[in-house]
Amino acid sequence: MFCCKRRARQSDPPDSILWDVVIAGGGNAALCAAITAAEAGARVIILEGAPKPYRGGNSRHTRNFRCMHEGPLSVLTDAYLEEEYYNDLLLVTKGKTDEHLARLAIRGSQECLPWMEAHGVRFQPSLSGTLSLSRTNAFFLGGGKALVNAYYNTAEDLGVTVVYDAQVQHVHLEGDRFTHMEVSVAGGPVQRFRGKAAVLASGGFQSDIDWLIRAWGPAAANFLIRGTPYNRGVVLRDMLEQGCQSVGDPTQCHAVAIDGRAPKFDGGICTRLDCVPFSIVVNRDCARFYDEGEDTWPKRYAIWGRLVAAQPDQVGYAIIDAKSIDLFMPSVFPAMRADTIEELGAKLGLDGQRLSRTVAEFNAACRPGSFHPTELDGLATEGLDPPKTNWARPIEKPPFYGYQLRTGVTFTYLGLKVSDRARVQMPDGSLTNVWSAGEMIAGSILGQGYLAGFGMTIGTVFGRIAGQEAAAHVA
Amino acid sequence: MSHDTNALLQEARRQLEICNACRYCEGFCSVFPEMTRHKLFADGDISHMANLCHNCRGCYYSCQYSPPHEFQLNLPAALAEVRQDSWETLVWPQPLARAFHERGVKIMALLVAATMAMLWLVINLRSEGGTGFYAYMAHNLMVAIFLPAFLLPLVSVAVGLRRYWRLTGGKAVVLADLKGAFASAARMKNLAGGHGEGCNFEREDRYSNARRFAHQAVMYGFLLCFASTSVATLMHYLLAMPAPYPLFSPPKLLGLSGGVLMVLGTGEMIRLKLKSDPDLGSRRVWGGEMAFILLLGLTAATGLVLYAASGTAAVGLLLPLHLGTVLTLFLLMPFSKMVHGFFRLSALIIDEQKKRA
Ligand SMILES: Cc1cc2nc3c(=O)[nH]c(=O)nc-3n(C[C@H](O)[C@H](O)[C@H](O)COP(=O)(O)OP(=O)(O)OC[C@H]3O[C@@H](n4cnc5c(N)ncnc54)[C@H](O)[C@@H]3O)c2cc1C
Ligand code: SF4
Ligand code: SF4
Repeated sequence: MFCCKRRARQSDPPDSILWDVVIAGGGNAALCAAITAAEAGARVIILEGAPKPYRGGNSRHTRNFRCMHEGPLSVLTDAYLEEEYYNDLLLVTKGKTDEHLARLAIRGSQECLPWMEAHGVRFQPSLSGTLSLSRTNAFFLGGGKALVNAYYNTAEDLGVTVVYDAQVQHVHLEGDRFTHMEVSVAGGPVQRFRGKAAVLASGGFQSDIDWLIRAWGPAAANFLIRGTPYNRGVVLRDMLEQGCQSVGDPTQCHAVAIDGRAPKFDGGICTRLDCVPFSIVVNRDCARFYDEGEDTWPKRYAIWGRLVAAQPDQVGYAIIDAKSIDLFMPSVFPAMRADTIEELGAKLGLDGQRLSRTVAEFNAACRPGSFHPTELDGLATEGLDPPKTNWARPIEKPPFYGYQLRTGVTFTYLGLKVSDRARVQMPDGSLTNVWSAGEMIAGSILGQGYLAGFGMTIGTVFGRIAGQEAAAHVA
Repeated sequence: MSHDTNALLQEARRQLEICNACRYCEGFCSVFPEMTRHKLFADGDISHMANLCHNCRGCYYSCQYSPPHEFQLNLPAALAEVRQDSWETLVWPQPLARAFHERGVKIMALLVAATMAMLWLVINLRSEGGTGFYAYMAHNLMVAIFLPAFLLPLVSVAVGLRRYWRLTGGKAVVLADLKGAFASAARMKNLAGGHGEGCNFEREDRYSNARRFAHQAVMYGFLLCFASTSVATLMHYLLAMPAPYPLFSPPKLLGLSGGVLMVLGTGEMIRLKLKSDPDLGSRRVWGGEMAFILLLGLTAATGLVLYAASGTAAVGLLLPLHLGTVLTLFLLMPFSKMVHGFFRLSALIIDEQKKRA
């Protein structure tokens, strides 16, 4: 076993080493697999496609994971049991889930929390503004990058080798066996990394905009990508082309409405905007297009990505007045601000007069009643199409504020089909020595919608399973 | 580097607005809970948060937006710049503050000058009839030099604190404020990382309590030395028991243990500072901070050596050296890193008030 702990020297040509476990990707799922396999004695290498400062994929943008628990556990209050958890999942996915795998993830989540703590992850009480999650979701102290840092440090202490800027281009199979990966390190020529087992954890394809356009349509060219630019689905496509079974709708992605000024990639959590329920949202032509007050924001924010995507130029504008500016979490960039609606419209690049007509129509349709920002207050418009069914207060008190909204993609649903031991499936059975975890397989459990914190749960549970199985295979 | 207060505040504001929309670092320290109580940040709010920040660096290494990300988040540095600038702008007289904080060389020059002055006094005004160290310099002369050298700088500090209190909206202090603030300072809670494993000062993204403990050694060491001097003063005037004191006396025991703690603590602080990334603090004062730590360490070390040498001829040189370091330390209290203690404690007190409000 001792030899297995030996670290590779920089000078060793990759081809000369036969690794026990070669891992494609360097996010949460990859790290959980690497740590588990290394603890079982395997000699592990992580091939992370991103350079070191950007290591950790979308996992570095996360804030919490959803965790089942029978009583208070670490920072989690009360209890959150399997049935409730599963029902929450059914609700968001509208039944599009693989019950067996889903329950495996849910049940597995409970022991993840102490495992994570033992491997350096620290938790904090629910963040201010997210108290509704204090029972179900455990927040990482410092967020996902702190989690990723902790895992890299743990992996390093266990002797795992990490290569950054290592783009896996091809996973070579001979029959149903993995033999090596073809990898370009720092843009250099393709090298082979040979191994006895492979774990694939390189996320979805949302950062390959061309692929996104082919899948979704030309509108996708205007989408912003909330997470890492390095998840371009190269490994996913390679595996699908080699005949692996897929799961998840290949045309769909999870998208939310974010601040239109966010960067094209990697804007992360802070670009989210929570103002919609207290605003009216218009399109480029100053027309409203959907009920902004349909439900509370946590239940609705995920549909606004699609709604905005369906508008001309894939852009929307949320308009509020001084009464509402303090009712939601602060935005990353200050709102556009003006003393009249016309002026605001002009600042936002809209036709100011048209905008003020839309606002006037809306205001005229508002009815008196009591306003409750935190609950469905039934304060609805009358005779307006589309209506605003809650929180409909006239927009009249200057200064007025406006935000541009764009579609921000979180992840894609297409993935690899795996067994309940995370083994990658071909039409005629499992591959012998290839496992997969994380976003790459999430499509079978999250067929549609998204349950906050479940992405990290799936990655942790299946990452650990993949690491365990791969290490057992080579032992 | 810039003394443009507005530019420094504006950069910190830009970063705080990003943080306030993110909040992932809420559990590290007291800065983030205070941040979430605002939507807009007035200049005073930012100065308050800057002085509350202990530069633990947790929020840098765990930030998904730190460079090379285009958001260029480096909150420890942005707050360090504002904090540093707040001391240099608020403490009176400002030119002195600007002169010394940044310039280790000037600090060291002052040290040399102070030591020479003491040496000159010891040689030329040698007292008749005193015992122990007072044989070299009369007690009254020492008091005549050190009392004003201690009290006048305190006036400078007091002016600075008064301005700080106004700027940040501090109120009249009640007992509960002090309790909270001292409890935090006593354990250096804001360097504990929220989980007790410490800060990210010298080990990048790994936690370590080294700086927290080193700082406490220096702080408690300093307080012990201060207590030693105070006790000795009381013994001198109230009990008519002038120095020298035997080993097993309160002034000696306090002073010796304090001196040892300070020497060890400052030595460790220097080691840690050399290992840490200067870009996560206020880079322009790196040298001044280093010189200040050195000065603190020298003050303690010369005191210890002096004690060991008592009764020998070396005292004639060691005493002026020690007195020179003490004098420099006193004089620079408002114009060196030393001043951080006053502002930090004020920030902790004001934070208690804001938490309750
Ligand atoms: C802004 C944002 C916030 C989120 N917040 C949460 C949250 O709070 N809780 C939650 O549960 N989920 C959250 N999610 C979803 C969550 O990020 C994912 O479910 C989870 O990170 C997936 O982990 P992973 O390891 O499978 O993928 P990733 O963490 O994305 O890792 C994929 C890795 O593969 C690497 N890679 C890609 N292609 C290659 C290649 N060809 N060769 C080598 N390496 C490659 C990437 O560089 C990366 O390191 C959030 C997502 C976003 C975008
Ligand atoms: S430092 Fe970075 S991770 Fe921490 S709160 Fe600010 S933006 Fe978020
Ligand atoms: S450096 Fe540490 S103390 Fe300062 S704001 Fe960041 S986390 Fe808080």
